[in-house]
Amino acid sequence: MQASGGKKIVIEPVTRVEGHGKVTILMDEAGHVARARFHVVEFRGFERFIQGRPYWEMPVAVQRLCGICPVSHHLCAAKAVDRIVGGENLTPTAEKMRRLMHYGQTYQSHALHFFHLASPDLLFGFGSDVASRHVLGVAAMHPELARQGILMRKYGQEIIKATAGKKVHGTGAIPGGINKNLSLAERDELLADLDQNRAWSLAAVKIARDYTLAHIDTLAGFGSFPSNHVCLVRKDGAMDLYDGGLRAVDAEGRVIFDHVAPEAYLDHIAEEVRPWSYMKFPFLKALGPENGWYRVGPLSRVSACDFIDTPLAEAERKVFKEVSGGKPSPVTMAYHWARMIELLHSIEKIDELLHDPDLQGEELVVKGTRRSEGIAIVEAPRGTLFHHYRVNDDDQVVMANLIVSTTSNNEPMNRAVESVAREYLDGQTITEGLLNHIEVAIRAYDPCLSCATHALGQMPLAVELVDASGAVIDRRTRG
Amino acid sequence: MSEGPRFTLDGREIPLVPGQTVIEAADAAGIYIPRLCHKPGLEPFGSCRVCTVKANGRSVAACTYPASPGMIVESDTEEVNAHRKLLLEMLFVEGNHFCMSCEKSGNCELQALGYRFAIAAPQLEFQFPVRDVDASHPDILIDHNRCILCSRCVRASRDLDKKEVFGFVGRGPHKRIAVSSGTRLRDTDADVTDQALDVCPVGALLRKRVGFAVPVGQRLYDKVPIGGAPVVPEAPVAEEGRA
Repeated sequence: MQASGGKKIVIEPVTRVEGHGKVTILMDEAGHVARARFHVVEFRGFERFIQGRPYWEMPVAVQRLCGICPVSHHLCAAKAVDRIVGGENLTPTAEKMRRLMHYGQTYQSHALHFFHLASPDLLFGFGSDVASRHVLGVAAMHPELARQGILMRKYGQEIIKATAGKKVHGTGAIPGGINKNLSLAERDELLADLDQNRAWSLAAVKIARDYTLAHIDTLAGFGSFPSNHVCLVRKDGAMDLYDGGLRAVDAEGRVIFDHVAPEAYLDHIAEEVRPWSYMKFPFLKALGPENGWYRVGPLSRVSACDFIDTPLAEAERKVFKEVSGGKPSPVTMAYHWARMIELLHSIEKIDELLHDPDLQGEELVVKGTRRSEGIAIVEAPRGTLFHHYRVNDDDQVVMANLIVSTTSNNEPMNRAVESVAREYLDGQTITEGLLNHIEVAIRAYDPCLSCATHALGQMPLAVELVDASGAVIDRRTRG
Repeated sequence: MSEGPRFTLDGREIPLVPGQTVIEAADAAGIYIPRLCHKPGLEPFGSCRVCTVKANGRSVAACTYPASPGMIVESDTEEVNAHRKLLLEMLFVEGNHFCMSCEKSGNCELQALGYRFAIAAPQLEFQFPVRDVDASHPDILIDHNRCILCSRCVRASRDLDKKEVFGFVGRGPHKRIAVSSGTRLRDTDADVTDQALDVCPVGALLRKRVGFAVPVGQRLYDKVPIGGAPVVPEAPVAEEGRA
C-alpha cells in the first residue's frame, strides 16, 4: 500500500546488464523508502515455442536465448539430450572438448562483465559523472585495462570458435558428444596466447581483491546480507563448472543438501510466481519460499566449494574465505572478486586441457538406451543453470523447463536493491548518482535478464517519480 | 573448339546437344544458373522460377526451356538477378525459415542462394504461416515450415524410388506436400534409404537424429558460395556470423 502523498521512483531500464528490466522504489511522504523492487519486463517464452521441435535441435535452438553466454545453454541442453539418447557417458575427447568450450566462455563472459560492465563503477566510483562512467571512459582513463579486457574476451571467443565452430551460437555439442575435435593447428594457435592471458588474469584478480579489501567496510553494508547458496560441486567437493552434483549451503556454510543428482532437482527446488515480475522466484523446498531463497554464481561457487583444483585460483580462494571468516561471503560486491577467481581458474583449466592429447581423439559420439526425459545442470558464468526436457516417441519435445541463474538470483537482487535504496536514498534528494548505486548492486550479480525470461534484448535505464495518484512527477532516462 | 550447334549465354558461345535444356547446356559448359527445384537426375519441373533467364528477350525457365542453336540467352544480368532475388525473398517470407536453429544450415540451397544474392533481410512482409511437423516416421521427419514446394521429393520418390510417397494437395497459398497414404508419414512405405531423402534443397525432409553432426566450417556452403563465385562480389563467404 502506498502512503498518501508518497512517490514512486522507477529506474527503467537498468543499464550495463544483459536484458531489459526496471527498478521501482516506493517512497512515503517523508521521503523514506517504503519498498523497492527489481522487475524484469521482457518476455519471449522459449519453453513454449520449442515444443514440437526435434530434441536434437535443442542445443542449437535454445542457446539463442542469449548472446553473452549461449555456450551455457548449448552445453546444458546437450547434456540433457545426452540422457535422452543414452549418451551421458561421453568419450574423453567429447567431454574435454565441451569443457574447453565451457571454460572459454566463462573466461570471455567474466572478462566482459568485469572490464566492460562493472569496471566503470569500481574505477570511477558509484556516483561518479555519468558522462564518463562507461567502457569508453575506461578506455580513455585506463587504456591498457580496456585493451586487456577486449583481448581476454577475444581469447575466450577464439576457444569457443575452435570447439563450437563459431564464436557465438556454434554447433559443437551434439547428442552424445561433440562434432569435432581440436586440431593441432587450433591448439597451437591458442597456446600461443595462453601465458599472456594467465598473466592478465592474475592481474585482474588482484584488481578485484585489492578493491574489495580496500573498501570492505563500505561493501559489507552495501546491499549485503547472509543467504543460502547453491552450486555444482565435483564428487570430491571441488569447484566444477561443467558437471557434478548440486550442493546447497546456508549462510553459515552448513550443508542443506549435497551431491544431488540433476534428475532429482525437483525434489529440492521449487519456483514461486509473483504477479509483478516475469521472472519466477526459485527456493529450496526444505526451507520453503520465505527462507529458501538462495544465491548462485561466482560468490556462491567460491564460497560453497571445498577447494578449487587449480593452484593459482585455489590460493586466491583461500584468501577470499579467510576474509569471510571461513563462511560463505555475505558481501554482494565480493561477486566481482569471486568472478575474477573463476576467471583465473578458467585460464588454468584451459591450460590443462590444451596440453591434453585427448582433445585430438577421434571418438566423438556415444549412444545408449533411449529415454523420454533429460535433465542437466551446468554452472553458467552467472550461476547454476537447469535444463529439463521431455520428448515423445516421435522425438519431439513436449515439455521444457529452464531455470537460469538470474532467476535464482531474483530474490537476492531484490533484497540488494531494497537494502541499497534504504541505505542511500532514504530521505535524500534523488540524483542520478544515487540511482546508480542501485544499479551497481544489481550489476554485481551480472544478471542476464534475457535468459531469465528466456528473451532477447539489452538493458538501458530510466527513472520515474510517480506520486500516490500515479501521476509522473519526473522522469530520467539513459541507456 | 569443337564444331556443332551453339547458342549465346551472357555473351559466351555455348555448345549444345539437341534435346538439352538451357540449364543442362549451361551446366555442361561450367556456367552456373541459380536454381532450386531443378536437380540433375530428376525430371525438370519448372516451379521455382529461380532459374529464369531471358531467351531471345522472353523470360523462360532455363530448366525446362530447350536450348536451340543461335538463341541469345541472358542470365547474369542486373534485371534477371533482381527478379531472382525477389523470388527468393518470397520463398523466405512465405515459410518459416529460421536458419539459426535449422540443421540444414550451411547445407541449405535456399540459405546459400540468400547469401549469394546478399539478402540481409527480406523487404517483404513475413507471412509466419502455421504449419506442422510430421515426425511420426521412426527415421524420417517432414518439417512443413521449411518446405518450398520444389517437388524434388515428389519426383525422386516417383521416378527413382518407384514409390510415390509424396504428392501435392491444395492450390495456391494452400498448396502443400502431403504423403500418399493417410495423413502421416509413418503410414507410408517411406524408408530411410529412399533417394527422395537426398534431394530436399532445404531442411524440410530430413533423416532423423543426424542434426548438427557436420561441424561449422565443413558444411557444403561454408567456404564457397553456391554456384561458385558470387553474383554480388561483397556477399559474405566466411562462416563468421552465419547461422
